[in-house]
Amino acid sequence: MTIKVFLVDDHRLFLSGVRSELGGTYEIVGEAGDVEQAVSGIAATSPDVVLLDVHLPGGGGAAVIRAVGAETKFLALSVSDAAEDVIEVIRAGARGYVTKSISPVELTEAIARVHDGDAVFSPRLAGFVLDAFAGEAAAVADPELDQLTPREREVMRFIARGYAYKQVARQLSISVKTVETHVSAVLRKLQLSSRHELSRWASDRRLI
Amino acid sequence: MEMMSTRFPRSRTDRVVAGVAGGLAERLGIDAILIRLAFVVLAFAGGFGIVAYLVAWLIGGEDRPARAGAAVAARERRSGLRVVVSVAMIVTGLLLLLREVGLWLGDALVWSAALAAFGSAIIWTRGDDAGRARFARLASRLPLSPADALAGRSKSRIAAGAFLVLAGMITFLAANTSLRSVGNVAFAVVVTVAGVSLILGPWIYGLFTQLATERRERIRSEERAEVAAHLHDSALQTFAMIQRAQSPQEMVTLARVQERELRAWLYGRERNGADTLSRAVDEMASRVERLHRVAVETVVVGDVSPMDDRLRALVDALGEATANAAAHSGASVVSVYVEMAPDTITAYVRDEGSGFDLSSLPVDRRGISESIVGRMQRHGGTAVVTSEPSSGTEVRLVIPR
Repeated sequence: MTIKVFLVDDHRLFLSGVRSELGGTYEIVGEAGDVEQAVSGIAATSPDVVLLDVHLPGGGGAAVIRAVGAETKFLALSVSDAAEDVIEVIRAGARGYVTKSISPVELTEAIARVHDGDAVFSPRLAGFVLDAFAGEAAAVADPELDQLTPREREVMRFIARGYAYKQVARQLSISVKTVETHVSAVLRKLQLSSRHELSRWASDRRLI
Repeated sequence: MEMMSTRFPRSRTDRVVAGVAGGLAERLGIDAILIRLAFVVLAFAGGFGIVAYLVAWLIGGEDRPARAGAAVAARERRSGLRVVVSVAMIVTGLLLLLREVGLWLGDALVWSAALAAFGSAIIWTRGDDAGRARFARLASRLPLSPADALAGRSKSRIAAGAFLVLAGMITFLAANTSLRSVGNVAFAVVVTVAGVSLILGPWIYGLFTQLATERRERIRSEERAEVAAHLHDSALQTFAMIQRAQSPQEMVTLARVQERELRAWLYGRERNGADTLSRAVDEMASRVERLHRVAVETVVVGDVSPMDDRLRALVDALGEATANAAAHSGASVVSVYVEMAPDTITAYVRDEGSGFDLSSLPVDRRGISESIVGRMQRHGGTAVVTSEPSSGTEVRLVIPR
């Protein structure tokens, strides 16, 4: 059975491009150009994976996730370079983030991975995450959640350096499954972290 | 362009009444208190201080940073109405002063001459081309503003109103010879100002409203022009080049370079004079992309500024390693990762290209030994190259902070 994909993006041109790139592999069940359309469209078509633009008229990608619920699998897709935009949609419950300049092959793989319940970290997202969790921040409510383990940090660093999961596994002499576990744990920490100002903090850190 | 070249600038920040004293103080380099004191003392000297202050306010302009169009605005503003009013004020003030000193040719002669001069000045303004054009433009744009009502007001009504008020003023002054004999010049000044403002008040109000509108629109159109100019210089040029591009590779490169530049511009990280490490890395990546036509993905965690010799050495070595990967690996993407830890800065350059056998490297290949390893060592850092044939190359650079 093919994976049902729903596209949310307010740029028609980009939308038709993605549609033609993915059409052969997945079933595109619908598309939407703003938050309202997206929420009703997703409810009506119950897709497996939603490809979600970070910037949308009517509230942005995070608003769609909050309205629909994070049980639906969202993959954020954006041209945005601002850490706060990306972190916000991830914290709302998206399973991963890729940039719009991603190749069609990589996008297809990323959708499959999200569908399988995995997290998808592009190098840039890994960079944002490392930034957000950088330093041993003092006085946090839940130290377990608010810090990455050394191994998780290491995995993030490899992804930020441009390594694929398989290559990370080989470098660390662990199985791909273990890498996936680490990545999912990082995503969960990012989504559940008690640090409210995580995104602001992360972007501030870029301006030392 | 210079600051607005009025000799009576008004300060926007240092003001008690209208900022005249503050502006003058700033221009002359004197304490504003002294100027204010001078105005007050002069005000007691037959009201001259008040008149002088009003004149300075009317003919002066608000000081603000010079912008394209500011000079034009200043010229426009000072032409027309303001000229008339200031001439009237100066004449009145001078006459009062002369009378105070004793140089007086007799009420009838002096006052009638002054009134005649003032009347002709009004007529002269109404004929002012710039003013008329401004009112016409305004009438079409702001149908309900006070200025519109003014524009629709007939010349004869203005003239009649002016005549009546002036005549009333004359009779009033003539009838109160006792007041004048007491020497209450200040009262005469008040009467004059009241009369002038009765005639010109609505007009001045309209003019100010219109000027504010014009200034807002000018700022808005300047901003639009700036965005347009930037997009023209960058995005539009690139699109034109992409249409003429010979190969898909060339197209991709152009698009990537443009994307990077536009991104930097949009997110406020313009690269002229890279003064932080992340900007310097971005600049380096952009240069390599342009030169070698490969994609360079940069991820920078944390940032430091300002750049010093050591950081520059790191970026240079990084650039050399990136250029090497771009030129020799055959990979279409080079990943650059820079991370700042509290005590060290680590940078990686990685490609998934052909790789090479380090031991078989010719001795004359000075790129790695000098530009990368040597440079890092000279600045107290290290460089490690790992490469395997067919699975790519990674260069790791570490430098203490």
